[in-house]
Amino acid sequence: MSTAAIVMMVVAMVVIWGGLALAVASLLRHGAVEDRTEDVRRDL
Amino acid sequence: MSTSPGRATAQEHAESRRGGFSSRRVFILAAIGSAVGLGNIWRFPYVAYENGGGAFLLPYLVALLTAGIPFLLLDYALGHRHRGSAPLSFARLRRGTEGLGWWQVGICFVIAVYYAAVIAWALRYTFFSLDLAWGADPEAFFFGEFLQAGDVAVTADVVPGVLLPLALVWLAVLVIMALGVQRGIGVTSLVFIPVLVLAFAALVVQALLLPGAGAGLDALFAPDWSALASASVWGAAFGQIFFSLSVGFGIMITYASYVRRREDMVGSGLVVGFSNSGFELLAGIGVFAALGFMAQANGVAVGEVADGGIGLAFIAFPAIISEAPAGALIGVLFFGSLVVAGITSLISVIEVVISAVRDKLDTGRLTATLAVGVPAAVLSLVLFSTTSGIYVLDVVDHFVNQYGILVVALVSMLVVAWVVRALPVLGEHLNVHGRPRVGTGWRLLTSVVAPAGLAVVLVLALQADLTAPYGDYPAWLLLSLGWLLVVVLPLLGFVLARLPWRAGTHLDGPPPGSDPAPPLQAPPPTAPTTRDRTATGQDEGGPR
Repeated sequence: MSTAAIVMMVVAMVVIWGGLALAVASLLRHGAVEDRTEDVRRDL
Repeated sequence: MSTSPGRATAQEHAESRRGGFSSRRVFILAAIGSAVGLGNIWRFPYVAYENGGGAFLLPYLVALLTAGIPFLLLDYALGHRHRGSAPLSFARLRRGTEGLGWWQVGICFVIAVYYAAVIAWALRYTFFSLDLAWGADPEAFFFGEFLQAGDVAVTADVVPGVLLPLALVWLAVLVIMALGVQRGIGVTSLVFIPVLVLAFAALVVQALLLPGAGAGLDALFAPDWSALASASVWGAAFGQIFFSLSVGFGIMITYASYVRRREDMVGSGLVVGFSNSGFELLAGIGVFAALGFMAQANGVAVGEVADGGIGLAFIAFPAIISEAPAGALIGVLFFGSLVVAGITSLISVIEVVISAVRDKLDTGRLTATLAVGVPAAVLSLVLFSTTSGIYVLDVVDHFVNQYGILVVALVSMLVVAWVVRALPVLGEHLNVHGRPRVGTGWRLLTSVVAPAGLAVVLVLALQADLTAPYGDYPAWLLLSLGWLLVVVLPLLGFVLARLPWRAGTHLDGPPPGSDPAPPLQAPPPTAPTTRDRTATGQDEGGPR
């Protein structure tokens, strides 16, 4: 693989998967408005 | 608008009967299941490769952040605030816009009818992978032995090898839909999405271990910066984001209407949007690693074996599976992933129709499932299990995507933003429980940038179709199953919108208790405000 391709692949991974990780972390931090314990029992 | 306790209680009862997702987790997985479909696996890698490789990442991210996610949040706000299917949500936004919802419902019905056929092919190919049934020539096998495709014509010659798996797909979908929003869609998503991610991750690992994988990744990620100067590359990025995220044709409105009132829809939207792109990236790595192996095995450049869509899945991949070590495993993982991704998308598409029928006619879950699912299944079997199925599918898919989804998405967005001017109240709704907060930036992106992006995609598509007939198909086929279909769908939508709602249906504004934001239009003092529904025992009462 060329250096440019490796760089772009790493950038894509960091931006997209990193963005996903940040979005999940943000949702977990701000979104806990209700009791989630009950959800686990209910979902399945 | 009155929000008296009595009305609120009746509304809660109506919503309980309507069903809903039991938690945010289930909603997010269902929305990811809808967004992650066949297009993520077989469309994104080739679109990226064709449009600048690594450089495509830039317009792709711009499209995701400036148009895809803002539009997704608009759909969420519409459905979550108005607590209804697409037609009901639009009717509650403003009565005259209900036809847009039915237009979206029509598009979903058509998509469901042909989408099931591709899942059926993938299902059959999962088993073909075990003994490499396609032999030495996968292309001849696919078109000849498997589909038995003859001359371009509409025929009634049934292909049993397609009929049986297609019937199985529809049976599975009908069972899921009949079980309801939580027990059907929700539980399916809870199980299928983790399975899909694990299966595809295993496929990617297997593909990366193949000789030549690096050359494939080099072809995908090597940037061609000159591509950024091309309008078609930017159009391809916006098109990929729109088609991939399932926005603008009712799915996300419907799913959002099943989410509890006190929920962070902005945070959920960000997770869904990035999950969809994350899966696309994973698919790109897996697909191009495998294509690199194929190119090396045949002593050709990756560009000569790279393909997208049906050509990638049913011709290129079988060739890879035949030559690769542990090919059967790769085949089962690849086609199994297509089936799982397809099913979770198909149920979201058909739910748009079922939900609309339930809201309009006040029917039970089972009745609506049968009323929608059986005609769709019969049409699907009649049209796509024949020797002409591939041609019909190709034409309908092209026109419904390019001039169905794109146009209804563009028109809906413009109407909501510029005619009804609903973005401020919708933004206010998102901000009640949502973080990060949306403001002027979101309104600007949703009212200007996203519609402009859609318009570019539409103009480019129109330009291509007017320059040369799509796929070199005969004019009668393109006219009857292409142009005519996309003209009839909006007309039908606005005819259906003329049908009266059941007495007592709350229209003109969000139902009581939706959020603190005021309605766009206050209902007349005498207008009924809640739906007087009687329990049939066929509905779920998911906690809201």
